[in-house]
Amino acid sequence: MELLLDSLFNGVAIGSVLLVAALGLAIVFGLMGVINLAHGELMMLGAYTTYVTQLIFKLPILKPFYNSYIIVSIFLAFIVSGVVGILLEKTIIRKLYGSPLETLLATWGVSLILQQFVRSVPLAYGTGLVLSLLIGLFLPSTFPSKIKESINFKYFKFSSWIFAALTGVLTGSVISSSVSKLSRASARNVDVTAPSWMRGQIEIIGTTFPKTRLMIIVITLISVIAITLFLNQSAWGMRIRAVTQNRQMSDCLGISTEKVDIITFGIGSGLAGVAGVAVSLLGSVGPNVGGNYIVGCFMVVVLGGVGNLLGTVLASFGIGIMTDLIGAGRLLSIWPDMPLPLSNTINFFATTSMARVMIFALIVIFLQFKPTGLFPQKGRMVEN
Amino acid sequence: MSLSKIKFDKKIVLSFWIILIALIIAAPTLLPVFRLNLLGRYLSLSIVALGVDLIWGYTGLLSLGQGIFFALGGYCAAMYLQITSSSEFPNNIPEFFALYGVEKLPFFWEPFRSPVFTFLAIWIIPALVAGLIGFLVFRNRIKGVYFSILTQASLLVFFNFFNGQQKLINGTNGLKTDVTQLFGQMVGSESMQRIFFWITAILVIAAWFFAKWVVKGRFGNILIGIRDDEPRVRFTGYNPVIFKTIIFSIAGSLAGISGALYTVQSGIVSPQFMTVPFSIEMVIWVAVGGRGTLLGAILGAVFINYAKSLVSEALPASWMFIQGGLFILVVTALPEGVLGWIQGDGPRNLLQRFGLKRKIETYPSLEVNNKEVNNE
Repeated sequence: MELLLDSLFNGVAIGSVLLVAALGLAIVFGLMGVINLAHGELMMLGAYTTYVTQLIFKLPILKPFYNSYIIVSIFLAFIVSGVVGILLEKTIIRKLYGSPLETLLATWGVSLILQQFVRSVPLAYGTGLVLSLLIGLFLPSTFPSKIKESINFKYFKFSSWIFAALTGVLTGSVISSSVSKLSRASARNVDVTAPSWMRGQIEIIGTTFPKTRLMIIVITLISVIAITLFLNQSAWGMRIRAVTQNRQMSDCLGISTEKVDIITFGIGSGLAGVAGVAVSLLGSVGPNVGGNYIVGCFMVVVLGGVGNLLGTVLASFGIGIMTDLIGAGRLLSIWPDMPLPLSNTINFFATTSMARVMIFALIVIFLQFKPTGLFPQKGRMVEN
Repeated sequence: MSLSKIKFDKKIVLSFWIILIALIIAAPTLLPVFRLNLLGRYLSLSIVALGVDLIWGYTGLLSLGQGIFFALGGYCAAMYLQITSSSEFPNNIPEFFALYGVEKLPFFWEPFRSPVFTFLAIWIIPALVAGLIGFLVFRNRIKGVYFSILTQASLLVFFNFFNGQQKLINGTNGLKTDVTQLFGQMVGSESMQRIFFWITAILVIAAWFFAKWVVKGRFGNILIGIRDDEPRVRFTGYNPVIFKTIIFSIAGSLAGISGALYTVQSGIVSPQFMTVPFSIEMVIWVAVGGRGTLLGAILGAVFINYAKSLVSEALPASWMFIQGGLFILVVTALPEGVLGWIQGDGPRNLLQRFGLKRKIETYPSLEVNNKEVNNE
């Protein structure tokens, strides 16, 4: 019983990291048909946001609130990755709708640039840049409609970008002068230390659970519930679903598909940022942190079926539990006196990397029976 | 008009070949050994690029897992070299086994004692693996981005396997070939490297003719048909699965040959050949050179790699930016690649924009038909 609970918890913990990472991908891929290979790098930005937030909260002014930095960083990470995602959509991805293979290559290029960016630009100025993007993109839409409709709106837009750039530079230099760790560019991995209330373990029914893992499960749970509510209850969620079902018809009925695309992509990217916070709690943060998760996320999306959140949830927990069962060789401890050839096989696969090999083989076998995943989209067309 | 254009293209291609062959003949005497070795490596990479062009440019299958077949070919060559030069080590097995306390040669190493088996294995084993992966995927009509994702995932699986198995194939350290012996000569020696350069150059040209032959005629037409409208090909009575599997194994075996040549010239094969970025890079060589133009794949592979080595020597940090920019640029601004742009309407449009050439008014369908004539 204890063993089973332990195994189940580990599986759920692995699965929830996968789930929060794959959630944004599932939304962007499922609703827009866009393959975003830069998703891992958006996660990395989220992880770095956590690191920057942590250092800023160590400043004397914010020191009393240090323990709550992780909560603040979740929101900040959502905003940072979301803004970068929106910029990506506005500049590159918009041109490539309908040609997923091209999107895949272009987003790979973006991911290379982002990786090198965090290596060669000081994080302080990176923060300033993101801030100026945020202001530049959103300030014009807060103007009263009188200005928006006027013929001189482009000048207002232009001046708001200048204001944004100035703010960005100012913030960058303020941060870099006050936090010395952020003022130099470095390719080295950094570490996020959890606040004291998140360290240690909790004991339930004789089993110990690390608190950081529990925190990740909570973050995942909240993200899934929030995104489900948003898609099913809000007006914009309804518009997103409408565009997913029939883009041209929704356009005819007055839904701004352009806005829907931006919102969908922004939310998907923002969720990648939230995943980054979760990932930063598990290990050190480096430019390559996203690459470790991206293929796993895609497997979740393929296995779960496109455009279905329930499928994504089930697939990630399924993969998580299987990874733990195979990778830790748990079947052996549940059934100690199994025949020798079988136990040899299980021992052979009982490492994290070999467990991945096994999981992939299982997924390919599964796709032989259900090629479109757990919950396929129903349709009558030859091409989906 | 279309006739003169075709002649023009042929002239370009012919003069290009003359220059290329002259360069290849002159290179061993003109270049220092270090640069010659680099050029040889890049030429061997152009063979894998030809394979990518066959499956992506002609058949529309974007594989992100060509690194698997590349590395498999490399491992086959390296295993042969290691095992034939292992007589002075204990138990007559390659040196690294002693580090992990292995005394008996793993069974799958045995056949690599035979040179004939190795020469066959270098291209047949990758072809078989590619055929198996391809068949399982294509059989379920998994295509488009799903195919790309699955090939990428299988790449990661192979990487994990080769990376983790120290006792079987030396894990993450890989197999070294430069200190092994072949026909009584050190593989890493200067004279051997010159011979490998010649072999590579000849094989690149042979592979180009082979690829040209594959895409010519009915087989090639079906491939292009699959790329442009697969359901229609199926409704016409062809089974796309067979054609896709065949072309995927052909690309796999080209990758294997390329990997073997690359391994003997770089002196080592390691799981690094199976990392995700390397396999995507192969796609960008083809994309920049021009997909669907076999020559473009060769040129793209050689030039981008040469640029990479030059830029990385001068400014190591900037190559990632340049490469990332290249991906974005080629996809958004130059989707046909450089060679496709030259062969298509690119130069004429450019001249028209500056008013140097008169705009030709054509009936739209005529334009389309002309393109089809050019492709044949």
